[in-house]
Amino acid sequence: MARLDTEFCGIRSPNPFWLASAPPTDKAYNVERAFEAGWGGVVWKTLGEAGPPLVNVNGPRYGALLAADRSLIGFNNIELITDRDLESNLAEITAVKRRWPDRAMIVSIMVPCQEDSWKSILPRVEDTGCDGIELNFGCPHGMSERGMGSAVGQVPEYIQMVTAWCKRYSRLPVIVKLTPNITDIRFPARAAKAGGADAVSLINTINSIMGVDPDTLTMTPAVGGQGTHGGYCGPAVKPIALNMVAEIARDPQTAGLPISGIGGIGSWRDALEFIALGAGSVQVCTAAMVFGFKIVQDMASGLSAYLDAKGFASVAQLRGRALRSVTDWSLLDLNRVSKAVIDQEKCIGCGRCHIACEDTAHQAITATKNGRRHFEVKEEECVGCNLCVNVCPVPECITLRDLAPGEVDRRTGLAVSAERLEWTAHPNNPTRAGV
Amino acid sequence: MSERRRPDIRPGRLTQEAYAAHFADHVPPLTAAQAVLEASRCLYCFDAPCMQACPTRIDVPSFIKRIAEDNARGAAQAILESNPLGGFCARDCPTEVLCEEVCVRNVQQGRPVAIGRLQRFAVDQLMASADNQIFERAPASGRRVAVVGAGPAGLACAHALARAGHAVTLYDAKPKGGGLNEYGVAAYKTAGNYAQREVEWLLGVGGITLQCGWALTSRPQFEALRREHDAVFLGLGLADTYRLDIAGETLAGVADAVEFISTLRQAADPASVPVGRRVVVIGGGMTAVDAAVQSKLLGAERVDIVYRRGPEQMSASREERELALVRGVTIQHWLAPLEVLGEAGCVRAVRFARQQLVEGQLVPTGEECVLEADMVLKAIGQRLGNPVLQECGLALRAGRIAVDECGRTNVGGVWAGGDCIAEGQDLTVDAVAHGLRAARDIDLRLRAERPARGD
Repeated sequence: MARLDTEFCGIRSPNPFWLASAPPTDKAYNVERAFEAGWGGVVWKTLGEAGPPLVNVNGPRYGALLAADRSLIGFNNIELITDRDLESNLAEITAVKRRWPDRAMIVSIMVPCQEDSWKSILPRVEDTGCDGIELNFGCPHGMSERGMGSAVGQVPEYIQMVTAWCKRYSRLPVIVKLTPNITDIRFPARAAKAGGADAVSLINTINSIMGVDPDTLTMTPAVGGQGTHGGYCGPAVKPIALNMVAEIARDPQTAGLPISGIGGIGSWRDALEFIALGAGSVQVCTAAMVFGFKIVQDMASGLSAYLDAKGFASVAQLRGRALRSVTDWSLLDLNRVSKAVIDQEKCIGCGRCHIACEDTAHQAITATKNGRRHFEVKEEECVGCNLCVNVCPVPECITLRDLAPGEVDRRTGLAVSAERLEWTAHPNNPTRAGV
Repeated sequence: MSERRRPDIRPGRLTQEAYAAHFADHVPPLTAAQAVLEASRCLYCFDAPCMQACPTRIDVPSFIKRIAEDNARGAAQAILESNPLGGFCARDCPTEVLCEEVCVRNVQQGRPVAIGRLQRFAVDQLMASADNQIFERAPASGRRVAVVGAGPAGLACAHALARAGHAVTLYDAKPKGGGLNEYGVAAYKTAGNYAQREVEWLLGVGGITLQCGWALTSRPQFEALRREHDAVFLGLGLADTYRLDIAGETLAGVADAVEFISTLRQAADPASVPVGRRVVVIGGGMTAVDAAVQSKLLGAERVDIVYRRGPEQMSASREERELALVRGVTIQHWLAPLEVLGEAGCVRAVRFARQQLVEGQLVPTGEECVLEADMVLKAIGQRLGNPVLQECGLALRAGRIAVDECGRTNVGGVWAGGDCIAEGQDLTVDAVAHGLRAARDIDLRLRAERPARGD
């Protein structure tokens, strides 16, 4: 059996599945249940400064994007950091960590961008016996209006500054949680590293409005007739998160910096993808909020089975294994040619491939053959764009076939070259090397 | 053993609760949640096979997508635009041999999208809404059209012509409009008086005058119709039924299945409709199934459908046959009736000859059997049976009115459609398609002609 136990910037946990800083990790009651269910660690819901607790709205805090069967595609929230007082949180963290010494206990923190604020809270957090801290530079709603959360995460200099304070005033590993509400994720990641961060975690949620009620013409979710943008997460954000994780993992300036992957993870396959693109642990929130804590058992089962099937002895061996497949567009091999192939045995005859290709792509799929309904690829038109594969409702019915070197591409009439040809060297590129 | 009264035909065999349950919708309507979920199974096929399989070419993918998008009114519009009797067809169509048979989900998931039930959902939503008239009439054309027969063909034709601005007089021999929808289809398929509600909705478009109690019985009548209107559409249906032509056919207790169904449909209370303790239904079509199932629902103890050929030759669809079996009807095959046996002027049994196929020919095996019966219902087919039509000069084909591909008869200015023409499978939806086809042609003809007198 492959080992799921994980070490992440010095923090050990029995598996790589952590609950992200969010409502599921708000208090001891939930976290105890999470550990009983099998979660490898939690990032305790973000603590703020001592003093009167902050206030949440008492109307809808969440909104969802649902499929027709009401399965959840995307999720958004306008909940703030913890609205429980600091002392209660610290006491509960201490008690829970004592009861669950093998689980990773990370404490998320968000206090104003003043050195004193950080200096005063850090020792108190360290006293809980927790394993690390996560700096919430990502929360994009509410707290950002007060100069915290993503307001910090959007300014690399602030990230570096605050990270450096944390390293100065605490011995705990520092994980910097990044906001995706920026143009290039590499800059905040570099700033975190420059400030001395032990790791980054990403993504936090994305600015979002879930919709508009057609009857009242108010945005949703709304509190008393008005709403505000929330933070978007859930399955729909996974591709955005995967890209950002990979960007940081393959950036020479941050390569090797531990990454805790977050964003739409709800199954072992999601976790696998983050890990293969460089994540050392993964954090989950939305899926747990939809299904409850038990899902960690299914995720652990699936990941373990996968590692065994593929001959990996540990999660660590999987980490970053897909990274070499990620590159820049300019380095893609332009000599490779693929053609769509429709398996007539599997085809159910819906014609979606035809109409998609006919109306919006390359007119490369027939609708009839000998007067009968029949869908077949016209290789002389097909550019291998994959649209038909994506719209086909039948798994594996349409696939892309790579042409072998020497085989003639019926669209161009040219034989496929065995040589590699990148845009950087392409004859059509006026700025190609050697010009 | 107590002596039973013969024949044992009587009403009130069941409790009121049982009648209410038996004659409610046999396929319950979808809830809104079910409809959206089912609609999400539709793949929005290109050149959708379901649409091609529908005689009225309803744009099934579009109406289903509109249901999925919470636009039931738009869905109903898409349906009714192609088939103004879409609500009835949704209840009555053998979808398993039409749109749903060719649904590509059959191949992938072994179960088609429930097109019929979704169609009913959309139209029901519209019908229940405050403003359920979605069609506006074109400006009055000043042209007048007579439509004879207010069944599905005539209703569809009249509705389309009225929409086009023509003034339509819709004649029917019966006291109510609706034709077989009102008089001939099983009650459990059109619960809640749906056939009449649909007729009211169709007439609600305006420009249609329904004149009931008017039958075409003479040539002068026909000539007057032609004279007084710019066009005539005949949607007469099949007024007559075939006889068994065997001994005992006139015994008390032997009846036409269509009459039995009609009586039940028109009864204010099904408890008032007499039914035999043992019923034998002779025939193999939808009418046989409707009569047999309803006999059972009225409390008959034993009901047999007896058909002279095998299951594959029955014109009742597989789903209809299964419905009969589930309701406790027995289906007997390869039995041809020889004689209705009586006692004191009443039926007591039917004697049958067993049949077999020999080189494609149905021949008796020599074996016979007798099924006891208090009531015998004949459902062996209907026919035109109106000699006036030939007197009027209308050419017939296969015993029905001959028409061309536009629904025109050989008599100028006269179109025909529905069961009275030799085309289609005698389904409601076929009749609707005929009526609409003729309406299109009539409208084109009237527009091409000189303006109406007085314009």
